[in-house]
Amino acid sequence: MKKIATGNKAVAEAVKQVKPGVIAAYPITPQTEIVEQIAEFVTGGELKSRYIPVESEHSAMAACIGASITGARTFTATSSHGLLYMHEMTNWAAGARLPVVMANVNRSLGPGWNIWAEHTDALQERDTGWLQVYVSTVQEAYDATLMAFRIAEHNDVLLPVMVNLDGFLLSHIMQPLETIEPGDFIPPIHLPHAIDVKNPAGYGGLTGPDQQFRFRWDIERSMRDSVKVIEETQKEFAKRFGRNYGFTEDYQCGDADVIIVAMGTLGKEAEVAVDLLRREGIKAGSMRLRWLRPFPKLNLKGKQVVVIDRDYSFGRGGILATEIMAQTKEEVASIIAGIGGQEVTYEDVAGFVRKRRMGTEFWFGVSGNV
Amino acid sequence: MFEIRIHSRGGQGGVTAARLLALAAIHDGKYATAAPFYGAERRGAPIVSFVRIDDNPIKVYSQIKKPDMVVVLDASVMDVVDVLQGLKAGGKVLVNSQQKKEFSGYTSSNVDLTGIALKEKLVVSGSPILNTPVIGALAKMGIVSVDSAKKAIREMFTDERNVKAAEAAYKEMGA
Repeated sequence: MKKIATGNKAVAEAVKQVKPGVIAAYPITPQTEIVEQIAEFVTGGELKSRYIPVESEHSAMAACIGASITGARTFTATSSHGLLYMHEMTNWAAGARLPVVMANVNRSLGPGWNIWAEHTDALQERDTGWLQVYVSTVQEAYDATLMAFRIAEHNDVLLPVMVNLDGFLLSHIMQPLETIEPGDFIPPIHLPHAIDVKNPAGYGGLTGPDQQFRFRWDIERSMRDSVKVIEETQKEFAKRFGRNYGFTEDYQCGDADVIIVAMGTLGKEAEVAVDLLRREGIKAGSMRLRWLRPFPKLNLKGKQVVVIDRDYSFGRGGILATEIMAQTKEEVASIIAGIGGQEVTYEDVAGFVRKRRMGTEFWFGVSGNV
Repeated sequence: MFEIRIHSRGGQGGVTAARLLALAAIHDGKYATAAPFYGAERRGAPIVSFVRIDDNPIKVYSQIKKPDMVVVLDASVMDVVDVLQGLKAGGKVLVNSQQKKEFSGYTSSNVDLTGIALKEKLVVSGSPILNTPVIGALAKMGIVSVDSAKKAIREMFTDERNVKAAEAAYKEMGA
């Protein structure tokens, strides 16, 4: 049936279909609708999960960790300051190798008090050991949430996955949504190190200087192995349900001289900018980065690269631009745009490409800089 | 791509109107998105929502700057907001009003949605519901088909008075 849904509703629909054993969450704008919708599914009997309305995001993640270590499938959702409040526990979830799935509705950080889209919240979780995927449509929010469970719970991964969607721009927009019956695409969860009262074991005890690095390396090994699992999962999804996803979504990149790299909804809007530029004779392409962790190998050889960051690392630069500059020798023009929901149109994006100055950083809307 | 901006006040159902319109367009076999603009809105404050309808998937997320059509659910917002801002030359304006108002350079229409809602007793918390009758008026203007409009309304509302109100608006637009 043809449906219409917001990005938030799409996430909740996907969660309903994978039936987590435990969901613990705390509402925060613009994520609230996810939590409300799931609570409605649970109270209406459509979803038989244990729903824990906790008193904070730190507790939400702690509850997911506690439930996950018993072998239960777990889910939570948050945004912005809620995510930062979880930070201690997000590290714990990854370190304890628990496949918690979380939707994060990307939002700016205060002060100033701003509820609009920005990626800095999730990017401050970059080094925690979570896999991170960024989506750009309501359908993709749904599909990526489904796939997140399969990837996180895969025996070669056993790491938490964060699905990121732009606050308001995607969380609150209504677009067509096709739901599916995942069936055995999402197999039952089996956590090899789940606690078992018949076979007691201790976790999280004192780990000395001769051991800690081994656990850290083990996370990295699984992060590297996750590349194959993501590929397989996306391939299997395409085979069963007909929708294709990669590590990036490439548009007109083949013969392009200049490639726009962005994440989330701006990465989709960039495709319209590419059409506009191509009509003017500028050979542009767009590469929307979907997976930030593990960071994929990007094929940018011989291209000029215009990176749009809806985020920033003070004293260094756009986070995505920095990551790309670390991987490629190609010249990068770094654009900082869309901070705190700043309006950026495809015409603006086309302008970034037309006026690009390689090797520089440009803050959109700030006068006098280049 | 056909782009519509809906002006209303918080609580009047402008966001739902956008959603109904997008759903009806999808039932017509088109692609559509409906997006509220989220500012510091509260009940009674002027707000806008956007609908885009196209034959191809819609990749644009930024706000509509040059709409093809403007819908005004509450004529009183025109005292504080320039509802014609950016409207394409020859674009359509639909105002919820008993009186016809001419906007030079544009195609103006009006329909008494408030009167229709009151007649059908479509009132929630003291406010007449405008979002279902307006879909009838938009169907008359050819933005979506009548069948898809009714289908969309029935999917979102169980009360059949909503469909009757849309039918009434459809008829009144022709008068």
